[in-house]
Amino acid sequence: MIRHFDQQIADLLQKLVRMGRLAESMIQVSLRALVERNESLCEEVHHKENEVNELQIQVDERAVTLTALQQPVGTDVRFLFMSSRIATELERIADQAVNICGNAHHVLQGSPLKPVIDLPVMGEVAEKMVRDSLEALVRKDCALANEVLVEERKVDAYRDQIFRILLTHMMADPGTIERALALILISRNLERVGDHATNIAEEVIYLVEGREVRHSHELKIRESPAGEKNHVEP
Amino acid sequence: MTPKLETRALDLSYGPFHALKQVSVAIRPRAITAIIGPSGCGKSTLLRVFNRMNDTIPGVRVSGEVLLDGQSIYSPNTDIQQLRKKVGMVFQRPNPFPLSVFENVAYGPKIHRLANSGRLHEQVEASLKQTGLWDDLKGRLNASALALSPEQQQRLCISRLLAVEPEVLLMDEPCSALDPIATAQIEELLMRLKARYTIAIVTHNMQQAARISDETAYMLLGELVEVGQTNAVFTRPRDPRTEQYISGRFG
Repeated sequence: MIRHFDQQIADLLQKLVRMGRLAESMIQVSLRALVERNESLCEEVHHKENEVNELQIQVDERAVTLTALQQPVGTDVRFLFMSSRIATELERIADQAVNICGNAHHVLQGSPLKPVIDLPVMGEVAEKMVRDSLEALVRKDCALANEVLVEERKVDAYRDQIFRILLTHMMADPGTIERALALILISRNLERVGDHATNIAEEVIYLVEGREVRHSHELKIRESPAGEKNHVEP
Repeated sequence: MTPKLETRALDLSYGPFHALKQVSVAIRPRAITAIIGPSGCGKSTLLRVFNRMNDTIPGVRVSGEVLLDGQSIYSPNTDIQQLRKKVGMVFQRPNPFPLSVFENVAYGPKIHRLANSGRLHEQVEASLKQTGLWDDLKGRLNASALALSPEQQQRLCISRLLAVEPEVLLMDEPCSALDPIATAQIEELLMRLKARYTIAIVTHNMQQAARISDETAYMLLGELVEVGQTNAVFTRPRDPRTEQYISGRFG
């Protein structure tokens, strides 16, 4: 039996997908603003942020209403709670794009410090994590969600690498500190994007299997061979 | 924890109809176990096994074990009167006797000779207090039970059961003839009663099962599909058939 409720759940899922696409493109555009040294691109990011915020409120309202009216159980109740959490993660990803624009503004005040190479690559990894976590949600695909959890290490490794490189620039020439710090902060922004995508992936696994993986997979990563340890706080 | 009631590989047939198939379930003491499932799944039959109410139906065959406190209740020397005193049943429609409020509750203690006339009054009072009826009815004990509201009648039927000092309360859709407010009041009563009694309730109302029970058993076509803690069954059911049923996709 197809329920009217199934259609309402499908509509909610569509809102999350729309939010995900917006958030992903915001990250992309904010990094383009940095690489192409074109701050006017940031307008698009701010514009899309409003839409993401609006969608977040809509998702929460729908989740609350459907919980009250449908008394959901099983997968349905897990979906409604997770949709609200996933919307929060996506809204925060969008906020990170706005932060990247803010940090890019400081970078673009001066002349180029060095060619921006690692950040766009790191950005691609983080964007793919966002995309895959949403794809895992749509397909109810825990294997794909697990891949996102593994990717988080890559993002962390890029952040450390970027930090080390910029540190050498700052030591050599204190005049670069402001721009270098802003670049380091952008790598932090992207790392946070990866964290939020990881949260979404964990939420997808809970939604699909009813299995709680928060915290436990972090433990496994920490226990992985020393060569893979890459979390160094700057 | 030792189960209060237990079935092991229980089969039951009404003539050619196989109503229960290899049902093994343990009912926890002093907890509410809800038995849910679509019409005809065998949930009422299972409930009626626990005080042998199916015995009265011609052509019934039962095999497997049914235990109360670890003792078989289908052995030849089971005293059925004593069994039904220990394991009482409340039905879908309140069915008070066409007697006074007092006589309804006093009926059981009298036939079981549980109390002399002096104690009888105390026992009626205690039973009516347990179901919250005493304050409303203490001035009307001689009024006809049939004049009470449906909810009061159902409370009276529960009081009548409690008066014979049972250990297990079997409830077959006890709220389905009641309005939502009366239902909520009976549910509150059941949650209070579970501190002293073991309760098994058959219900079509899944939200009721979710609200009041500690354990939920899902039955389908005579089989026990899944049984577990209610919060787990309703948030992460193990069997896809349970999920289909509780989420209203089937049944």
